[in-house]
Amino acid sequence: MNPTISRLKILDIVPFGSGPKHEFFALRLTPPKWESCAPGQFVMLRPLPARSEAVCPRPFSICKLTGGHLIVFFQVCGRVTAEMAALQAGDTVQVTGPLGNSLPVRADRPTLILAGGIGIAPFVEYVDKHPRPATLTVEFAHRHPLACYPFEGIAEKCAARSHMETVEQDRDAIVALMEQRIREFAPAGLVLACGPTPFLRLVGNTAAACGAEAHLCLETRMACGIGACQGCVVKALLPAADDAPPVLRSGPAAPPDDGAFVRTCACGPTFRADQVIF
Amino acid sequence: MDNTGVTLAGPFASLTLKNPVLTASGTFGYGLEFAPYGDLRKLGGIVVKGLSLKPREGNPMPRTAESACGLLNAVGLQNCGAEAFLRDILPALPADKVPVIANLYGTTPEEFAELAGMLSDEKGIAGIEVNISCPNVREGGQLFGQDPRLAAAVTAAVRARAGRLPLIVKLTPNVTDIAAVARACEDAGADIISCINTLSGTAVDLVTRKPRLSVTFGGLSGPAVKPVALRCVLQVARAVSIPVIGIGGIRCAEDVLEFILVGAHAVQVGSASFSCPDTVFRIVEELPAVAEKYGVADWESFRASLITD
Repeated sequence: MNPTISRLKILDIVPFGSGPKHEFFALRLTPPKWESCAPGQFVMLRPLPARSEAVCPRPFSICKLTGGHLIVFFQVCGRVTAEMAALQAGDTVQVTGPLGNSLPVRADRPTLILAGGIGIAPFVEYVDKHPRPATLTVEFAHRHPLACYPFEGIAEKCAARSHMETVEQDRDAIVALMEQRIREFAPAGLVLACGPTPFLRLVGNTAAACGAEAHLCLETRMACGIGACQGCVVKALLPAADDAPPVLRSGPAAPPDDGAFVRTCACGPTFRADQVIF
Repeated sequence: MDNTGVTLAGPFASLTLKNPVLTASGTFGYGLEFAPYGDLRKLGGIVVKGLSLKPREGNPMPRTAESACGLLNAVGLQNCGAEAFLRDILPALPADKVPVIANLYGTTPEEFAELAGMLSDEKGIAGIEVNISCPNVREGGQLFGQDPRLAAAVTAAVRARAGRLPLIVKLTPNVTDIAAVARACEDAGADIISCINTLSGTAVDLVTRKPRLSVTFGGLSGPAVKPVALRCVLQVARAVSIPVIGIGGIRCAEDVLEFILVGAHAVQVGSASFSCPDTVFRIVEELPAVAEKYGVADWESFRASLITD
């Protein structure tokens, strides 16, 4: 599906969690020009007319594409997301997508999903579209109350557990659990992860140590999201051809010995864990 | 306005465009990245990402930081190298329908000359733009573009090897007297001047107390720099007799007209392509009607018609 630019109306913007100060929102939008996408893909989004002083749109995982409606889940973490939280039904946003590659779907292999915080977003679509959700196991680590995240829809469809980190010691227990689960899924299973970089590094290292096949969906700063700005690179062991414009990607080529900077938007956002150098 | 075409006639070679709107180097990839969002053949021209002799890895992350109405970048000219560009990418561009201009980056005049030599016989290349906002490794890292003498040396070196190709020299605004640099480039054999490159800047993080760019300093672009760019184009256009291409913060057709009003023959659209990938295509489409709205009958009579006391 070729990416396109859509100007979409906001149908509603739903705060998640309780309390007066909301940080998490689901933005439900009118149908984009594209009708399908693959789980793990993302969009570049900005409010229109551009009200803030921001020049660039922001990248967001596609949380759900259902009944034609696009849902983007976001956490307020800066000027633009704060501006987005103040949007109302009827307002317009610019959405470019679907962008990037997708998370691998393997109905024939037990699949472990590890999500950290806002990294839960792409897995809503993943679980929703998976042909055999019974083969999925989700472990979700988070710092805010569970009601802040779109976890319920996931838990309805597959085996899913959540783990809240409130004090430092909780993290050790979560790390131990993640490591144990990854070992359980090696080597036949598939491990998918999305979350903050330290979380992904842990998953990558553990998977490498026990021979599990892991794929990491990275989050990073992006200026354009479409391969032009070179502002979202990650050090990876990928053949140079994989970072060329799509029309030129062909044939196997040797990856560089010590890694090269490749664009997360064009080569990712999902990478095989053993190809990423953190 | 029926005919938006324009010819940028330099003393050695000319660049003829179907409209005065090009893309700015570093903001439009190698061109192909934007094919899903518009018809590349309708653009005035495509200036591709800066090319060096050898592939360059670029700087570590973070490479970008936003500021109010601006974007700082310190990508470090990551690129595949001129050879790979000519072999793998140029054949995929519609170079017979839209002028493709190669932007060159070197660290010595000889490197620039070698690059120009590689490109001068390439059928798909319509022009060369020389990025002189880069450090001269032989003179302690002083930017070529910050010294009229060094700027002239690079210009002359490229001129000697550029053959039939029009030579555009892209100026940095990080100087005291941009007109003096422009005159030096004109005297050394430039056909066209383009300006401005990014403004040097930085951004810092109060929480981490670190710079927000891995290499501390970066280049500012975006709407924030447009007044500086207009000032530079005005000064340069008054100082030289060769054509000028205006660059800096252009977001819409009105912005294009402003640059032509102060003396530009053409413009390049930069980071606005990040804001929305179809920006440059939309500007090309809207330009004739917007020109008419402001009573512009033709570029010749409108260019540099700024009224000052």
